[in-house]
Amino acid sequence: MGTVPSALKHCLSYQHLLKEQLWIGEPAAPPPALHPEQEFQISGLPDYVKIVEVGPRDGLQNEKVTVPTDIKIELINRLSKAGLSVIEATSFVSSKWVPQMADHTEVMRRIERHPGVQYPVLTPNLQGFHSAIAAGATEVSVFGAASESFNKMNINCSIEESIEKFEEVIKSAQNMNIPVRGYVSCALGCPYEGNIIPAKVVEVSKQLYSMGCYEISLGDTIGVGTPGSMKRMLEAVMKEIPVSALAVHCHDTYGQALANILTAIQGVNLYKVMEAGNFICTALNKKTNSKVAQASFNV
Amino acid sequence: MVVAKRALPWLAASLRPNIVPTQVKISFINMLSETGLPVIEATSFVSPKWVPQMADHTEVLQGIQKFPGVSYPVLTPNLKGFQAAVAAGAKEVSIFGAASELFTKKNINCSIEESLQRFSEVMHAAGEASIPVRGYVSCVLGCPYEGKIAPAKVAEVSKKMYSMGCYEISLGDTIGVGTPGSMKEMLSAVMKEVPVRALAVHCHDTYGQALANTLVALQMGVSVVDSSVAGLGGCPYAQGASGNVATEDLVYMLHGLGIHTGVDLQKLMEAGVFICKALNRRTSSKVVQASSRL
Repeated sequence: MGTVPSALKHCLSYQHLLKEQLWIGEPAAPPPALHPEQEFQISGLPDYVKIVEVGPRDGLQNEKVTVPTDIKIELINRLSKAGLSVIEATSFVSSKWVPQMADHTEVMRRIERHPGVQYPVLTPNLQGFHSAIAAGATEVSVFGAASESFNKMNINCSIEESIEKFEEVIKSAQNMNIPVRGYVSCALGCPYEGNIIPAKVVEVSKQLYSMGCYEISLGDTIGVGTPGSMKRMLEAVMKEIPVSALAVHCHDTYGQALANILTAIQGVNLYKVMEAGNFICTALNKKTNSKVAQASFNV
Repeated sequence: MVVAKRALPWLAASLRPNIVPTQVKISFINMLSETGLPVIEATSFVSPKWVPQMADHTEVLQGIQKFPGVSYPVLTPNLKGFQAAVAAGAKEVSIFGAASELFTKKNINCSIEESLQRFSEVMHAAGEASIPVRGYVSCVLGCPYEGKIAPAKVAEVSKKMYSMGCYEISLGDTIGVGTPGSMKEMLSAVMKEVPVRALAVHCHDTYGQALANTLVALQMGVSVVDSSVAGLGGCPYAQGASGNVATEDLVYMLHGLGIHTGVDLQKLMEAGVFICKALNRRTSSKVVQASSRL
C-alpha cells in the first residue's frame, strides 16, 4: 500500500512478527492465559482444536512422485515432534491401486511412536485391516462418500456396498478395541454429481457413526464449499451426530479452506510444522502450498 | 447485503519490477470495468522518481473508458499530485496514512502527524472541488518495523482521517499477519470512533488469512472490501510471498454466501488471465487455478 519503501533491510524478521501474535507459543507451554483486555475470542469457537495431520497419507498419495520410504518416515518423525496429536501415517490399500502407499508396512513399523500421538491408517477392507494390525496399527480409518457417482468411480461400488465392507472392518476393530474414524467425502460437492444435498451427508455420516466410528470427518473433497454451504451442511449433520464427534476436512482448491474452518490453532509448534513442511518440499523438489511458509522462508 | 469491491490495478502494477505498457493498463482497466466492479483504483499521481511504474498516470486516466456507475479513484499523496489528478479528470482520490510511526517514517520520511498535515491540504482542495476522498490506514494488524500495533492507535488515526473529511476509511493489514481474533479486536476499537458504514477492510493474504479475516469483518458489519484481481501485487517485505487477496477468490466466497456484488466472476477471471499473460506470471487466484485445470 502507498509507495514502496526502500528501507526493507530494517524490517523485523518473520520470527519476531509471529512471536508477537499471542497464540504462537513454545511447544511445551500450555496455551497462554488471555489477559482480560486482550480477550478477543470470537464467540462460539472451541478452546482447543485437534488438528489431524494428513500430509503423510492424503498429501503424499496425491503427489505425482512416489516418495522414498526413508523420507516418509523422517517426515512423520518431524511432525511427531511438532506437537501434533494425530498423524495419518499410511494406507493399507492394495499397491495395485495406490502404488505411493505400497510401503505401508515398513512405514508403520519404522516410525517413532511418540507418547500421546495417534498414528491412524486407512483400511478400506478387512484384508487391509488385518495387515494394518499385523504392522502395529492402533487406530484405523474408513472412507465413505456422500455421492454415489464418486463411490462408483473411486472404489467401483455403491455407497450401500461400501458400508457393508466397512461394517466388517468396524466389527473386527471393535473386537480388538481399535478405534475407527469415519470419513465422508464430497460433503459440499462432487466432481461428478455437482451439488450434494446435506441430507445425503447426514445419512452416510449417521450410518458410519452408529456402526461404531468414534469420529466422522466431513470432507469438502473438491474444495467448492463456502462458509454458507459449510454451515448448512454442518447444521444438518449436527442434528444427528454430536459435534464433539465431528471433524472437518476442507480442501483449499478455491482458496476457501480457512474461511470454512475459521478456528484458532493452539498447542502446536508452528515453527516445527514449518520445518517439517520445508523438509518434505525439498525432498519432493516442489514449492510449498503454505502461504505462511512462503512468507517466512523468503531467501 | 451489497458488498462493494475495489480492484487495485495500480497497486498491483506498482510492485512489479518491469513496467507495464500504458496501452495494456488501459485495456486491463477497461476489461475490469465490464465485470460489474463498482470501484477500480486506476493509478497513482505520485512522483515517477519514487514509483516509475505509475509515471503514465495522466495518460492512463485520460485513456480509460469511464463506465457509468463505476468510480476510478486515484492516489494523491500531496497537493501537487491532487492537482495533477484533477487536471487529468479524476473524480475521486485516495490518501494513505498508517497506524505506525516507523512505517510512516520509512515510507514517506515524516511522522504520522506531519503526514496528516500534508493530507489536510489535499482534503481542503478536494472539499473545494467537491471531490470525495478515501482514507487508507496501513499496518492495522501489524507493522514490518514496529511489530505489534495497538488497536487504539488504529482507531486514533482512523478517527483523525475521518473527521478531516474522508468519506471512507480502508483498514489495511499491510503485511497480512492478522488473524480473525486480531481483526475483531482492531475493528471493535475503530468502530467506537468511526461508523461501520464508513469502514472497509484491505486484507493481505501473505499468511493465507485474508478470507478468514474478511469474513470476520463482514460479520461485524463491514460491507466494503478491497481486493486485487489475480492477487496481483506481491509483498515487498517477504519476497516470494503473496500480498493482495485475489478478487476472484473473494467473489467466489461472497457469492457462495448469497451476498450481492454485481460482479460477473467469469469476466473477472478473463481480466485476470489477460493481465497475467501480459505480466508473464502465474495468477495467485485459487479459483482461476482450479478452473484452468478443466
